[in-house]
Amino acid sequence: MKIDLTINGSRGTYETHPGTLLMELLRKEGWFSVKHGCETGECGTCTVLIDGMTINSCIYLAAQAHGKSITTVEALGTPENMHPIQQAFVETGAVQCGYCTPAMVLAAQELLSQNREPTEADVRDALTGQLCRCTGYVKPVEAVMLAARRMKEGGQGEEGLSGNREADDSSGRREAGVR
Amino acid sequence: MAHARIKRIDASRARALPGVHAVLTHHDIPRIPYTTAGQGHPEPSPYDAVVLDNRVRFVGDRVAAVAADTIEIARQAVELIEVEYEELPAILDPEDAIKPGAVLIHDEPDSSGIHDPSRNIAAHIHAKVGDPEEGFRKADRVFEGTYHVQYVQQAPLEPHVVITYFDENDRLNIRLSTQVPFHARRIVSKVTQIPVSKIRVIKPRIGGGFGVKQEILIEDICAWLTKVTRRPVRLEYTREEELRSSRTRHPQKLVYKTGVNNDGKLVAMTLKVLANTGAYGSHALTVQCNTGSKSLPLYRCDNVEFEAVVVYTNLPVAGAFRGYGAPQGLFAQEVHLDEVAHALGMDPIELRRKNLVQVGDSPPLLEELGEGKAGFKQVILSCEMEECIRRGKQAIEWDKKRTRPPAEGSKKRGVGMACLMHGSGIPGVDMGAAYLKINEDGSFNVQVGATDIGTGADTIFAQIAAEVLTVPVDKMIVYSSDTDFTPFDVGAYASSTTYITGVAMKKAAEQCRDQILTVASNMFEEPIDNLTLRDGRVWSGNDKSLTLSEIALHSLYSSDQFQIQGAASHFSYHSPPPFAAQFAEVEVDIETGQVKVLEFVSCIDCGVAINPDGATGQVEGGVTQGLGYALTEKLLFDEKGKMLNTSFRDYKMFASTDMPRMTSILVESYEPHGPFGAKAVAEIPIDGPAPAVSNAIYNAIGVRMRSLPFTPENVYTAMKNFQEQDIEKKQPAPAMAPR
Repeated sequence: MKIDLTINGSRGTYETHPGTLLMELLRKEGWFSVKHGCETGECGTCTVLIDGMTINSCIYLAAQAHGKSITTVEALGTPENMHPIQQAFVETGAVQCGYCTPAMVLAAQELLSQNREPTEADVRDALTGQLCRCTGYVKPVEAVMLAARRMKEGGQGEEGLSGNREADDSSGRREAGVR
Repeated sequence: MAHARIKRIDASRARALPGVHAVLTHHDIPRIPYTTAGQGHPEPSPYDAVVLDNRVRFVGDRVAAVAADTIEIARQAVELIEVEYEELPAILDPEDAIKPGAVLIHDEPDSSGIHDPSRNIAAHIHAKVGDPEEGFRKADRVFEGTYHVQYVQQAPLEPHVVITYFDENDRLNIRLSTQVPFHARRIVSKVTQIPVSKIRVIKPRIGGGFGVKQEILIEDICAWLTKVTRRPVRLEYTREEELRSSRTRHPQKLVYKTGVNNDGKLVAMTLKVLANTGAYGSHALTVQCNTGSKSLPLYRCDNVEFEAVVVYTNLPVAGAFRGYGAPQGLFAQEVHLDEVAHALGMDPIELRRKNLVQVGDSPPLLEELGEGKAGFKQVILSCEMEECIRRGKQAIEWDKKRTRPPAEGSKKRGVGMACLMHGSGIPGVDMGAAYLKINEDGSFNVQVGATDIGTGADTIFAQIAAEVLTVPVDKMIVYSSDTDFTPFDVGAYASSTTYITGVAMKKAAEQCRDQILTVASNMFEEPIDNLTLRDGRVWSGNDKSLTLSEIALHSLYSSDQFQIQGAASHFSYHSPPPFAAQFAEVEVDIETGQVKVLEFVSCIDCGVAINPDGATGQVEGGVTQGLGYALTEKLLFDEKGKMLNTSFRDYKMFASTDMPRMTSILVESYEPHGPFGAKAVAEIPIDGPAPAVSNAIYNAIGVRMRSLPFTPENVYTAMKNFQEQDIEKKQPAPAMAPR
């Protein structure tokens, strides 16, 4: 079957099987930040944003995403021009093996797009679907709090992300279609 | 079936299915006994496994392997394999394994290295110092407690995964999520009969290990499938397979006995362990060695004995798991000492302080008890335990909280603590090597066999080399864990990478530094003694200097050309223990048995922390896993030995919302044997949460939790039974009276 997806800002038509999971499709298309950790939507490493909301792509059929806009962490920033959340993860040492990190960053993005002044409890709540076996969540929580402060001070948030997209466009890189 | 012989296996229908490229059963692969433990040669674990056997020994054991175009076809092919089993009695309780007449799990004639296959004993350990019996006779008081620890899983977020293929030179490439690329190459070579020279193992960035990837778990079968199909093969575990069929932490029953004088001085200590290694003896000997050697030597005592019997059962296979035997031993020891302190009417910290090992001591047990063999004399040269305790007490407000009146209502609070030690690498065994060369722009290629599994090892090496060469860290281009292109390393285990390979890195960088100074000396036409290397330049006095780029260009292109490079190895007979004190505050709901950890404080002496963010990250992560061990994680089995909780829904690990307030304090010491004064940090933080939380529960409600985990059900049951026991315990010591 054919489905239409907007992946990280690029619209395309994809040939897929009705039983194919969104996680499988995304990885096949080269979006390797989307990880396999379980098959039951419990660990969160396969998290992506669909129209700005986090979903577990391992229990979501690719066909369900037909006509929708999917964001993986590849769209948030680049090593040269990191998103404030990514920058904060680096600075606080919130990454160990990094396997859960893309999912954590996306969960943080979902939170900060809705709540510009989250409490620590809000952040913990937002990350609770993302299991991490390395960090003990201390530094990831710190990172999201730091990013929230910076994005608020910098007047960033949804606007900050469009700023990011412009930077990407100007350098001819892939469009970052986060909304 | 947890235990069965394969009477007949017929894969012809599976092989005939379109899209199937190979089906392997025990008929297709030569029987080469080996151990799946990813350890150095010769491995101290019994050779009790073959790639595919005519027997299954636990639910989740291998039967056959299928390679097909798609997962769906492969699954369909599996269904078409006809197997006829002869069911055998299964041993599901380690106590039953050694009973006379018990079914034998490893009676096959070709296994070797099993301590006593006729009694299902995979390994046996005994080490003794002084005369414990005499010590117990002389001591004022004698105490004995029995403790139990459960099956848990390492559960890295990335399950085991491997890709195998023949490259253009007809060499087998194994791209593998592993902690031990070199051991993987050696052991895969053995079981596939492909020479080491024809195998390349590459470890890319991987998603954690925690010991479960110190194992040759799936790469052997994947290599076999590539060998017979000549095609690339990818094998990835599902979460269910990861939980059921990979490796676990050894469950144990521990009997801890102490002879103590009334002033709190320890006179004799014995620890006797019955451990369950499951269906195979992977790491059976060495993990249990550590149960004794990473606990008992923490205290000064003249009469010490350690004995462990490690038995086979028809349950999942135990193996390496961060802490490697120490969390078990330290749980028993640190809860037991809390009990002793209570019985003596002493503060538990004071009891420990009276007996703790000191700088200059050389605990005799460490000489008796190495890993799988006798150890080496260890003189403690760095120990800031006293400061760890002082700062931890302060951070958790110990004195205030221990003396506060009990709260009204059903929620009771308490604080508890544990003292800990670990090791830094396996003395006389672990070796790592490093290579470094300069480039024209003053950058360096660093090559290490060491295996960064998310621990930050690659960053540590860059820091060490950059420190010696006085350049920024980003001048170091680190490439690691590729058996073709990096020098040998034993791999990521035993808290050894920074301590062992870090010194190799430092030596290699010092060789580069000396060559840089020699070239600069020729360029300046001045003796080396006049020159200094600082800020990435070689200086003659304070005004003349050369950049590393200028020196590199000169050495590569101008005169007496050569490559400025360093290569070094390191190994050590010293395994300096890191030390720690950990403190927990809990709230126990006496109506439900629910235990909530409110605060957790870790004070860790890991020598000089080369990367403090990385080190505290290790502490926070280790504590979190330790809290899971203490409170929520336990693999459960039905009456036939089938695992019941094979998903994260039922195997509960801590999530962000379950966490206590965490304080992690690095208490610096200087370890002369380590690189820049460093000791290990990776494993010690996982050792203390279980005993600290148990002791805090006792402080809160006066109920002693001697078995893990402290689920509401277990705590509630213990509360009920404890009151009954209270009435029964009229006889004198060794019984411990509840508060």
